Amino acid sequence: MEFIISPLGDQAAHLEFGRPFHEETEKKIRTVTTVLDEQCPAWVIEYIPSYTSVTIFYDIHFFKKEALPYEAVRLEVERLFNHLEPMELNDRRKVRIPVLYGGESGPDLQEVATLNGLTVDEVIDIHTSSVYTVQMVGFSPGFPFLVGMSPRITAPRRMNPRLRIPPRSVGIAGGQTGIYPIETPGGWQLIGQTPIELFLPNETPPSLLRAGDQLEFFSITKEQYDAYREGDV
Amino acid sequence: MIRVRKAGLSDTIQDSGRIGYQQFGVIQSGTMDSNSSRIANLLVGNEEGEAVLEMALIGPILLFEERMLIALCGGEFAPEIDGVSVPMWKPIVVKENSVLKMGTATRGCRLVMAVGGGFDLPQVLGSHSTYLKAGFGGFNGRSLLKGDLLSVNKPNETSKIIDKQALDCKTTPFSTTRWSVAKQLRPFVGKSYIIRVLPGRQKNLFTHQTQKDFLSSVFTLGSESDRMGYRLHGPKLQLSEPKELLSEAVTFGTVQVPSNGQPIVLMADHQTTGGYPKIAQVISADLSMLAQVKPGDSIRFEEVSLHTAQQLLMQIERTIRELRKGIELQQYNGGIQ
Repeated sequence: MEFIISPLGDQAAHLEFGRPFHEETEKKIRTVTTVLDEQCPAWVIEYIPSYTSVTIFYDIHFFKKEALPYEAVRLEVERLFNHLEPMELNDRRKVRIPVLYGGESGPDLQEVATLNGLTVDEVIDIHTSSVYTVQMVGFSPGFPFLVGMSPRITAPRRMNPRLRIPPRSVGIAGGQTGIYPIETPGGWQLIGQTPIELFLPNETPPSLLRAGDQLEFFSITKEQYDAYREGDV
Repeated sequence: MIRVRKAGLSDTIQDSGRIGYQQFGVIQSGTMDSNSSRIANLLVGNEEGEAVLEMALIGPILLFEERMLIALCGGEFAPEIDGVSVPMWKPIVVKENSVLKMGTATRGCRLVMAVGGGFDLPQVLGSHSTYLKAGFGGFNGRSLLKGDLLSVNKPNETSKIIDKQALDCKTTPFSTTRWSVAKQLRPFVGKSYIIRVLPGRQKNLFTHQTQKDFLSSVFTLGSESDRMGYRLHGPKLQLSEPKELLSEAVTFGTVQVPSNGQPIVLMADHQTTGGYPKIAQVISADLSMLAQVKPGDSIRFEEVSLHTAQQLLMQIERTIRELRKGIELQQYNGGIQ
């Protein structure tokens, strides 16, 4: 398995695997993160996967006898991953996310429809008929970066980002869709809200979603939304 | 218990950080000036990574409802207990019902207070650090407010021995040891800083002039800086050609350049990933000094090799290890020098 390794500062190594939105790249990333999850070497503190890379944070104390600890890390990384074949992505976790579209929960749904010359219902149909892949989790706790959205419902970021986006809002920015797990500022167009918590600070792992998951949205009514929130579903 | 009589500008509980959850978008947080925090903890007999109270620019006023062993380290503030100036960088035994006024930063920006035994607070995801934006960790996920009550764990054996070494003094409302931390272990604080960097992952995307300007110009720290990021004002940094990047991992000390050309240095509360081009990376050995830069101070960047950066980092580890041994030795000697 080939990759390019370079330092990120003096305590991390950045492994770059190739072109974005390419299954081969994703396979390599999952291969590396699976190894790190299952048999994490003691010198690894943690890692962050992204669209094309995995950044490994290492503990320099393990290499304190080395003139250049990064060089020892590079050799270790190559020894661990070079001989591996990219794994198949057959058994992805599948997650279905209920969404209350439009109204107060999705104040920009009409805007997204108008921009694309569609009705509101057509936007919902299109948004719920794709299968999305979680490429990475970042920006805020549990926030998934999803690929797989139809180009028919793209919308630019808002000119004036909102200072407070309600937790669990579902939004669109450019060709991407995502979910804001906690209240943060943000510029995405909001089309709906899920009753499901994505950030789970008291659970391990603390995120409903993780890189590699497959995700589908389905539309629910206000009554169903309330029932989810009350824990009846 | 410690009661907050008056809150400071930003008083948060921080430890060595929330480790292991960045892949789920959970930021590390943790103390900005880790050297000062580690030293403050050693001075009161704690583990180095124990939670401390981190304060910035304007400190709080605290009432100690019981006798307590504390240490104050970091930038230069002018702390006073019941009106008497308190030395920093040494263990202090605060007497029951004393009032500690932290004062304001004269040089440097951040002050930390460690207490013997540590703060008695629940952990979230294995850490006591406050994550302000998500509102969890530390003390109720927020900065301290007037009226808050902080409980402290029972001091451990090391804390008790250090406490015994503190000499009673009739002229001050607190007691302290004869020894203190050597000057060379304290972070540099001043008005202008030289911060050492490594080249950033996208350095070569910037124009040659910008790459030169970055290392030769003086930048001023903007007032909109906080625990998340330092906004610098200086020459406009430009890419050779516009380029959209996909988000990838960033870290404490990453210098990224948004489209307005004014760099942002990511600090302890930085997001886990970012999509702006990275022109440089502050070396870990200089992060504690960087934490002491306050708005209006100036910064110049100097590039070093990865070899130098890693050797400097290991040097800090050796120095702190020696300090730990020194403090242990003081205990064996019963504090007599």
